[in-house]
Amino acid sequence: MKIGLFVPCYVDAVYPEVGLATWKLLRHLGLDVTYPEKQTCCGQPMANAGFERQAVPLAEKFVEKFQGFDYVVSPSVSCTAFIRLNYPRLLNHECETAGRCMDVVEFLHDVVKVNQRLGTFPHRVSLHNSCHGVRELGLSSPSEQHVAKFNKIKDLLALVDGIEVVEPERPDECCGFGGMFSVEETAVSMQMGIDKVERHIQTGAEYVTGPDCSCLMHMAGVAKKQGLNIQFKHVVEILASGL
Amino acid sequence: MKIAQRVGWLKIMSTSHSIKAKEFLKNQNYAHWHDDTFWAVRSKRDKMAYGLDEWEQLREKASEIKRHTITHLDEYLDQFATAAERNGVEVHWAKDAAEFNEIVYDILKRHDVKKMVKSKSMLTEECGMNPYLESKGIEVVETDLGERIIQLKGQAPSHIVMPAIHLNHDDVGELFEEKGISDEKGNHDPTYLTYRARLSLRNEFLTADAGMTGANFGIAETGDIVVCTNEGNADMSTSCPKLHIAAIGLEKIIPNYACLAVFQRMLCRAGTGQPTTTYTSHFRKARPTAHHMHIVLVDNGRSEWVANPEHWESLKCIRCGSCMNTCPVYRRSGGYSYSYFIPGPIGINLGMLRDAQQHSGNVSACTLCNSCQTVCPVKVNLGDQIYLWRQQLDEFGTANPQKKLMCRAMSAVYGSPALYNLSTALAHWANYVPSSLMNCGMNPWAEGHEMMEFPKKPFHEMMEELKH
Repeated sequence: MKIGLFVPCYVDAVYPEVGLATWKLLRHLGLDVTYPEKQTCCGQPMANAGFERQAVPLAEKFVEKFQGFDYVVSPSVSCTAFIRLNYPRLLNHECETAGRCMDVVEFLHDVVKVNQRLGTFPHRVSLHNSCHGVRELGLSSPSEQHVAKFNKIKDLLALVDGIEVVEPERPDECCGFGGMFSVEETAVSMQMGIDKVERHIQTGAEYVTGPDCSCLMHMAGVAKKQGLNIQFKHVVEILASGL
Repeated sequence: MKIAQRVGWLKIMSTSHSIKAKEFLKNQNYAHWHDDTFWAVRSKRDKMAYGLDEWEQLREKASEIKRHTITHLDEYLDQFATAAERNGVEVHWAKDAAEFNEIVYDILKRHDVKKMVKSKSMLTEECGMNPYLESKGIEVVETDLGERIIQLKGQAPSHIVMPAIHLNHDDVGELFEEKGISDEKGNHDPTYLTYRARLSLRNEFLTADAGMTGANFGIAETGDIVVCTNEGNADMSTSCPKLHIAAIGLEKIIPNYACLAVFQRMLCRAGTGQPTTTYTSHFRKARPTAHHMHIVLVDNGRSEWVANPEHWESLKCIRCGSCMNTCPVYRRSGGYSYSYFIPGPIGINLGMLRDAQQHSGNVSACTLCNSCQTVCPVKVNLGDQIYLWRQQLDEFGTANPQKKLMCRAMSAVYGSPALYNLSTALAHWANYVPSSLMNCGMNPWAEGHEMMEFPKKPFHEMMEELKH
């Protein structure tokens, strides 16, 4: 099984430790993972802002770069969801590469079916269920739906020693990032961020963790500005900690 | 010039919705109350949805029925009108708002109506019927309590199901004192105020010459219309006066009673978290003692929207309001921050169908979190449609030029690995820019966030070193 690692632009530029943790974790599990050079952005920021045409050349490059892999794995639910759901329409064909693109959580849970003990993280952690993870990739049961409850992130975190996982009130309400939304609707975006961070803090957790760096980046920026004291870590960093 | 433009960046990046939302959020106590109130409605709805094992099957069924009916609308409209006429109801067809208003006025004139009582109808709001009739000298009295309150206050509804939700009991108490509806000054007890409203409305019912209702559903097979209320005001509006006019949008037709059973189980559960409305009233024909019943079927754009491949699904909406209750942006910005009279996710979409140029300023009011389309009882793809509207702003000429520039620049940088590498290599220098400079209004991100710390090296450079 050949795996191509996709590290989205802003993870590459701002959170290289998340890329490293993903790499390390996949290697630790004995998987054949490659990081193709010269990858940049999937095109989501422009598309969500209303300029998806600007994303087409990036989509074409992406598909070319990740041809020949059995899976393309990425530590970002919103980029993965964008690729899987929108590339076929943008590129006007079935797009097998997009179909093989998976977020690292769903890949470890559904394909690798990890059941061995992973890292050690002796902390209370509040789980941030990112919207596109919940409602587009199906990482957990959406609170709106009357379906059997499940949460793939929780399942994976249960493999970490010493961790205590809690969820905030309104466990899958949006944090207010939304890409261009955060600069176009600054007031609402900020209010949503503050509300969300406060609910995470109310759980008594030391850390917030989630499957998407963009939500974490938004909440961390809001928290710092407001002087709200809680730390943020991507799920893979916790899964890989101490490995 | 260029610097002036950049300093004004924040203002330029804003939209009609974001400007009003910012104002709304200034009153933090009120804003938190608004958010909590609607979250409580959403939670009540969840309890109802979780209480029915077949909830998700019902949603799918409801969506299929709507899809089927809307794609066979001509046949069902014909069947509905034929059945209604067989019942002795006079059926009228209005192609737009103006024609609708004229038809209604014409019926009222024929019956020499001076005063008309009305149960809740968003369609008459859409057509601007009240001001039109008032300009012709006809008194129109809203009888849904919330609608009556905002009518007396001269306001528009801030929510489609709870139109006066933005007012509290003191606002209503003072209004009732001013209008002479309550006589105990300072008594703002909700039970007292409701009692006084009831007395006042009772008099209106008894002295009106006509009653108007909307319709939640029209049953094609029988020609019936079905009206769901919690206050019984539709029944009063039709039982006292001798003339009943029902205003109904074309998309409200469903095939038969078996289909109604699906929607009736969902409408109120989804909308207000009640198992059903207090009154579900079925109207088939005029009462026997010299009464008249008219149904006005209103198109007003709907027949064109059916043919819109990307946006026809908005016609599936049953106006329960659950998409606004769950919308994190609606809850934190209120109904009046949207330019269209219907707010929230469905309002963004219907506003764009109505007049894209005029209502483009609402499409920013969405994080694409998709809670709306996950909650929607008829599975309208609300968030997906907002995404698609955004793609069209450029062609409507309403795209933000700054945003467009940013997206072009991003595409250029991301499209060229050399440029991309250069920009990530330089990014960490931003760490040394003093935060006072970052916060000077040229950087919209810094208005709500502290800047992130850029690492010395991006991931791809670390990997490069790992290889060597």
